[in-house]
Amino acid sequence: MAIITYRQAIKDALAEELERDENVFIMGEEVAEYNGAYKVTEGLWKRFGDKRVVDAPISEAGFIGLGIGASLLGLRPVIEMMFFSFVYVAWDQAVNNASSMRYMSGGLMNCPLVIRGPANGGTNVGATHSHTPENLIANFPGLKVVVPATPADAKGLMKSAIRDNDPVYVMESTVLYGNEGEVPDEEEFLVPIGKADVKREGSDLSIIAHGRSVLESLKAAEKLKKDYNIDVEVVDLRSIRPLDEETIIKSVKKTNRALLVEENKPFCGVDAQVSHLIQRRAFDYLDGPIHRLSAVDAPAIYSPPIEKIQLPDADVITREVLEMLQVKA
Amino acid sequence: MAEIIEMPKLSDTMSTGTLIKWLKKEGDKVAAGDMIAEVETDKATMEVENFEDGVLLKIYAQEGASVPVGGPICAVGEKGEDAPEVDAPDSGDSGSDKDESSKDEEKEEKDEDESKSKGKAEKSQPKKEESDESDESDKSDDSEKSDSSGDDDSGERIKASPLARRMAKDQGLDLSAIKGTGPNGRVIKNDVLKAVEAGTAKKGSASKDSSSAAPAAASAGTAVAGLEDKEIKVSNMRAAIARALVSSKTEAPHFYLQIEVDGAPLAKLRKTLNDKLAGLAPEQGGVKFTVNDLILKAAAEAVRRVPAINRSWKGDKIVQYGQVHLAFGVAVDDGLLTPVIRQADGKGLRQIAAEAKDLIGKARGKKLKPDEMSGSTLTVTNLGMFGISDFYGIINPPNAAILSVGATVKQPVVNEKDEITIGYRMKIGLSGDHRVIDGAVGAQYLSALKEILENPALMLV
Repeated sequence: MAIITYRQAIKDALAEELERDENVFIMGEEVAEYNGAYKVTEGLWKRFGDKRVVDAPISEAGFIGLGIGASLLGLRPVIEMMFFSFVYVAWDQAVNNASSMRYMSGGLMNCPLVIRGPANGGTNVGATHSHTPENLIANFPGLKVVVPATPADAKGLMKSAIRDNDPVYVMESTVLYGNEGEVPDEEEFLVPIGKADVKREGSDLSIIAHGRSVLESLKAAEKLKKDYNIDVEVVDLRSIRPLDEETIIKSVKKTNRALLVEENKPFCGVDAQVSHLIQRRAFDYLDGPIHRLSAVDAPAIYSPPIEKIQLPDADVITREVLEMLQVKA
Repeated sequence: MAEIIEMPKLSDTMSTGTLIKWLKKEGDKVAAGDMIAEVETDKATMEVENFEDGVLLKIYAQEGASVPVGGPICAVGEKGEDAPEVDAPDSGDSGSDKDESSKDEEKEEKDEDESKSKGKAEKSQPKKEESDESDESDKSDDSEKSDSSGDDDSGERIKASPLARRMAKDQGLDLSAIKGTGPNGRVIKNDVLKAVEAGTAKKGSASKDSSSAAPAAASAGTAVAGLEDKEIKVSNMRAAIARALVSSKTEAPHFYLQIEVDGAPLAKLRKTLNDKLAGLAPEQGGVKFTVNDLILKAAAEAVRRVPAINRSWKGDKIVQYGQVHLAFGVAVDDGLLTPVIRQADGKGLRQIAAEAKDLIGKARGKKLKPDEMSGSTLTVTNLGMFGISDFYGIINPPNAAILSVGATVKQPVVNEKDEITIGYRMKIGLSGDHRVIDGAVGAQYLSALKEILENPALMLV
């Protein structure tokens, strides 16, 4: 198994799919000649040319709309958002049209569109560039949302997203682009959409997380094991919608306690939905209230020291677990 | 006759309208076709047209009020006419605080002031604006606190995690007897597991009073669950037992006899019967007998030989019964019941066994009817299953005697040939009421019983 970065994993996925299917093309701001604002598409323009890797004007509504139209005619556009925060200017295309096409055509048309890009805070780019809108997108029936935390999941989910016949939003993280990890070498390595992954087995408490929070949770789990002999299970949702209810419920039934961690804002966040799910389907298995850790409920804070504490990290997660298990730190 | 003007439905989706502005005042003359008010619907602000001629008698919905479609907004009638009383619509700005209306007595005065300042506010109008601060201040951000709030005002609701609740139910444990070590004293999984391990908190055996339960057992980390002080409420059953037995032991002068019986023939008979019958279907006569069934049958049979045992003390007379109504002790949760097999002397082993089984089931399920627990003439208790070799029961009033059956114990015995052999011995005690019977009667009865038990074929006839 190769050890590559999260960035390289996505790039490999894109290149492999461009190679595999001539209908796949990439479009976005600075994705071609400039090699991508975060260098995710580096080298692809050179390799695949103008028709397959297309620089778009600064007009998200325009090129997402174009992508929807192209997808209805059989192409498989992969649209990059330089920041996912920019999707809002294209909201009508991105959620209203993309989610409704298959439904309103009575299943006659598909919209095999991928919209991908970084959706994360914590990098001092300010309140308008730091959103994690997976909960917003997931609210629209007809749209799929995945949030890979590791290079392997990034590659496998990206390839599955491109092959999926519905609009799939792949939410990446600039913080994770440089992370390295093992990625299976085989060309047909796919991670199914809608399948969560138990990243660490444990018996005392289930942490259910997605995105970078998975990595912070794993760090916390290590510390909890080492310092307190607490065995935490970490479930990586990977896919926000469709949501893998069974894996969540199975884990909670096993450990009887759930801590939900996300970088989303708390109000109507993904974990509000997960929390409801758990109490509804595993009520009799809960040995305590479900706890949630989310971003501090405020616009992304610009001051770096305060921004740092806005997002839940391993220390906060560790403290929360200790509190839930009534263990003195 | 005054007409009540209702909130009109001004759009397809309108369910309530907000009265923005009155275009007419109370007392104003109005004609059909006049616009009387502006109402904001879910879509737009529109004028409300009046279809009555007359005088605007009364405004029910103040400006700012949210009124459901069909709700009264005003009344139009002839000058001087009284406006009809209506259930006042919500006058509130928030439109959502109806259920607060009777909430807070202290707020009444404040509210009156408020009404005055509003001029014509209705007396019956629900109060408003009062609730916001008081409501919010109760709420706590602390998830643990809000989690339990509302449960424990009375101190009666037991705080337990859903899992602990389910586990306690599955294990038949009494949650109130388990000390919770979770947040705010919540019973959690670990507490139930400890109770299971320690064998405590069995349902019915424990107190309902959680306030005094178990400071000791709880402290987390103690390897062995300790005993604990607690107060146990006296159940009706316990009170009845206490009354009856105090009266028996104080009023009836007890004397005690004991006889040792060779239990082997009885055991052999039982084995033969069960070997042959237990495997059969009920319609083929399949049945399984307990030792107790055989003893009950023998006890009833022995009364036929010594009927004087079957008596009651009635103060100025002694009654000797012509039938044996045989009571037997059944241990139940937190007590003892004595169901009665009626006319046991006339019943065969099979029927006695069936009735005993039925009565035991009812006793354990607390389903015995009063007439199934009263009117006994003789009682049999049996602690043999606990390994008790011999004991003496307290007479069950108004009986003259109680039999106490011990365990059949394997022990060396000297046989007729003066040899030491392995014997199966059962000791049966008799406590007698000396007012009614003397030792000789008790002894005769025990001898008769011994003979039957040692020659169980006698039970067949």
